[in-house]
Amino acid sequence: MADEPSSLPALRVTGLRKTFGDFVAVDGVDLEIVPGGSLAVVGESGSGKTTTARMIVGLEEPTAGTVLLGGRAHPGHRASTAERRRFAREVQMVFQDPYASLDRRQKVGDSLAEILALHTDLRGAPLADRVAELLDQVGLDERQGAALPRALSGGQRQRVAIARALAVRPRLLVLDEAVAALDVSVQAQILTLLTDIRRRTEVAYLFITHDLGIVRHVCDDVLVMHRGRVVERGPAETVLTDPEAPYTRRLRDSVPRRGWKPTRRTAQNGSQA
Amino acid sequence: MTGSPPLLVVDDLRVDLPTRDGMRRVIHRADLTVPAGTAVALVGESGSGKSMTARAVLRLLPSRARTTGSVRFDGSEVTTLGAAGLRRLRAHDVAMVFQDPRAHINPVRTVGDFLTEALITTRGVRPRAAEAKVTALLREVGIADASRRMRQRPPELSGGLLQRVMITAALAGEPRLLIADEPTTALDVTTQAEVMAIIDEARAERGLAMLFITHDLALAAAVCDRIAVMYAGGVVEELPARHLHERAAHPYTRALLASRPDPAATAEPLRAVPGRPLSAFETGPGCAFAPRCAHAQDLCHTERPSLSPAGEGLAACHFPAADARVTPQPGARSTPHGR
Amino acid sequence: MTTYQIAALGRGGARWSRLRRLTRGRGVLVVACAVVAVAVLAALFAPLLAPYDPDAVDPAAVYQGSSAAHWLGTDDTGRDILSRLLYGARPSLLAPAAVTLTAGLGGTVLAVSAAWLGGWYDRLVSALLDIVFGFPGLVLAVVAAAVFGAGLQVAVVTLSLAYLPYIGRVVRSAALRERNLPYVSALRMLGMSGRRICLRHLTPNLLPLVLVQVATSFGYALLDVAAFSFIGLGAQPPTAEWGLMVANGSTGILAGRAEQSLYAGAVIVVFVIACSLLGGGLSRQLLGDDR
Repeated sequence: MADEPSSLPALRVTGLRKTFGDFVAVDGVDLEIVPGGSLAVVGESGSGKTTTARMIVGLEEPTAGTVLLGGRAHPGHRASTAERRRFAREVQMVFQDPYASLDRRQKVGDSLAEILALHTDLRGAPLADRVAELLDQVGLDERQGAALPRALSGGQRQRVAIARALAVRPRLLVLDEAVAALDVSVQAQILTLLTDIRRRTEVAYLFITHDLGIVRHVCDDVLVMHRGRVVERGPAETVLTDPEAPYTRRLRDSVPRRGWKPTRRTAQNGSQA
Repeated sequence: MTGSPPLLVVDDLRVDLPTRDGMRRVIHRADLTVPAGTAVALVGESGSGKSMTARAVLRLLPSRARTTGSVRFDGSEVTTLGAAGLRRLRAHDVAMVFQDPRAHINPVRTVGDFLTEALITTRGVRPRAAEAKVTALLREVGIADASRRMRQRPPELSGGLLQRVMITAALAGEPRLLIADEPTTALDVTTQAEVMAIIDEARAERGLAMLFITHDLALAAAVCDRIAVMYAGGVVEELPARHLHERAAHPYTRALLASRPDPAATAEPLRAVPGRPLSAFETGPGCAFAPRCAHAQDLCHTERPSLSPAGEGLAACHFPAADARVTPQPGARSTPHGR
Repeated sequence: MTTYQIAALGRGGARWSRLRRLTRGRGVLVVACAVVAVAVLAALFAPLLAPYDPDAVDPAAVYQGSSAAHWLGTDDTGRDILSRLLYGARPSLLAPAAVTLTAGLGGTVLAVSAAWLGGWYDRLVSALLDIVFGFPGLVLAVVAAAVFGAGLQVAVVTLSLAYLPYIGRVVRSAALRERNLPYVSALRMLGMSGRRICLRHLTPNLLPLVLVQVATSFGYALLDVAAFSFIGLGAQPPTAEWGLMVANGSTGILAGRAEQSLYAGAVIVVFVIACSLLGGGLSRQLLGDDR
């Protein structure tokens, strides 16, 4: 996309709001990610983090506010396929559930080839080479490329989902709890892979997670959400070591670690989630 | 540990489960001891067999499962218990808290009915007394408006509250051992801290022993006295919780620790182990962790190590990390290598 | 150390029990398949297998019992019952096949399009399916026969409509579930057209379910077609058709000659049971472990 000035942010969100009936899921969220940047959105269930992500990728319609990806708004429901295809290069998403993120009847190599054929003129041998290259980029080999999703482990499926998203060379990759369903030792692999990919390509990350503990390993910046609102934002290093908002502090202090003891916040409060 | 026998002893447990392709081994060797009043964690990833081990203790495995080995509760063998003895064990001696409380509680009956039913029917407590007892317990686990909650039904309660109801149900039976199978995995992290604190307090007050099943090493170390790490259907290391971070001897335990560095510590790098956790039936003749282990040598691929003393615990490793052995163990293999 | 087995298995060992489980699990399916295969072969090769012309009247051989010449006896006009059963397999199988395939195809198209497009179109399709679902097939058939006249074609068209909701409703809810899976969202986000997602991903993934529904409905459709013919709204005499044969034979029952009704009825019952078992077996095989 040579015609785009590179100074435009990969993502700019202003005044984002979403209500479901009387319930306010997301309330006035602003955020920005520079090209190649990485922002973690951290929150617990009901914080609005996933709804925010879904509005950013266009799976949910905002009640108010704007989402600009590389300076462009979403093409909308009635947009032509060609328009949506062009927009696909702005943002892609990796979902939480590795078991439902892939078509179970399609070999994983074929699923990458299908997307490449949709977006490029590659056919035949060059197409196969590009598929192999993508698989290699996420640490999978030819044998795994010829397999159906059910033959792969959760971590491997998540690698395929990442490869598929990267196939269109998006400017922004939204990772919605992308490692939450994986085993601890496999989580570390995927986080390392994501770090490598960001170093090699210019893709920016929006990393949605409930897990404050892993934020530092993928993201430079962090934004903490609580009940639909942003309660704190800043460099990951600062927010983790010296949180300002009481909620962030409580969130951090709830993560089990060396020397940690679980504590009751209030002995007489039963109405909290 | 002399005098009376430990409350729970699992000795050389093996479990095979029926699948489409015949019997499959899910536990190839589990050894475990829970002394009265102590908390022991069983830590592992998917396929490690940690939940199966817990279920085997209460004989909650599928009906066609095949089990060998011994499970002794308070000195008596569980594996050969008759129906009446098994009922007694489950109703009086051991209580269980599961990961998903919603799946284990009838959604159309009130919380009060659920909590008092077992007391009234199996213990012959008068309804009025049973109600008073569980109301007090609900207050103890931090549910202030207990009498209102008693009239509510499970769908009206949040996950964290429902898990506290399950803990109340477990405590109401006045058990001697609590088996908690990932009780906080489905909860938010702030709720997890709260629920774990409640379990901790209730245990301390009653001298209740606990077998705590989890995938989270740091959480296990925070609430337990000893930790047993399982991998691919076997216990690979057992050690005092306070030694976990400095003196873990097994490469797998260390790898797990390195996969989850302290969130607050600055710039501790993430070290990933290659591969994925295996299930017991997928392992070869050697050490189950050998294919993923950075220190594996020829011996590791051919001979399965058994649990042997390492530091103040046990490790099933041919080449346990050197700094784990504070005093050289006479029988232990010793090979000089770093980490 | 104690050794024990929770299992109530004997000392048979894993291999033996595996074999037993395999045959036990599939044995029913094998028998059901065999019944259906026999019926299909009978329909295909009726001219070769049938000893007589199914419509050949023989006043000299009315109401005969089983004999070497007529294995299953003859009916009130001396027609060979075995030959009529064999030839009767043709309309008796073809009609429900047409019904279930039409309903399967139409139901799937309606269900997938409704689930994909949503909005007013989905509400309209759902409402129509519900309305049709509310009418018993027989009532529809009576109305249709009153308007268009009696006959197998009318019965097939009416029943195809009546069976639409049985497949459409189930497939629609499955399609809605499928549509909400992340892989569909991912493909959409990757710029794939809705048509391609529906044709290449959604529908193929629903096909096992459609197949199971079609197989399960087939037996019922056969029963309904036979019932139509029985009450005179389906196949017309002198066609050899199982339901019609049951009706036709009923006059003989009073004369102590129940063979025709009995044999035709037995064939229908066996076939319907086989279809039902086949549907159940397919469901376990195809939908049991889809991941």
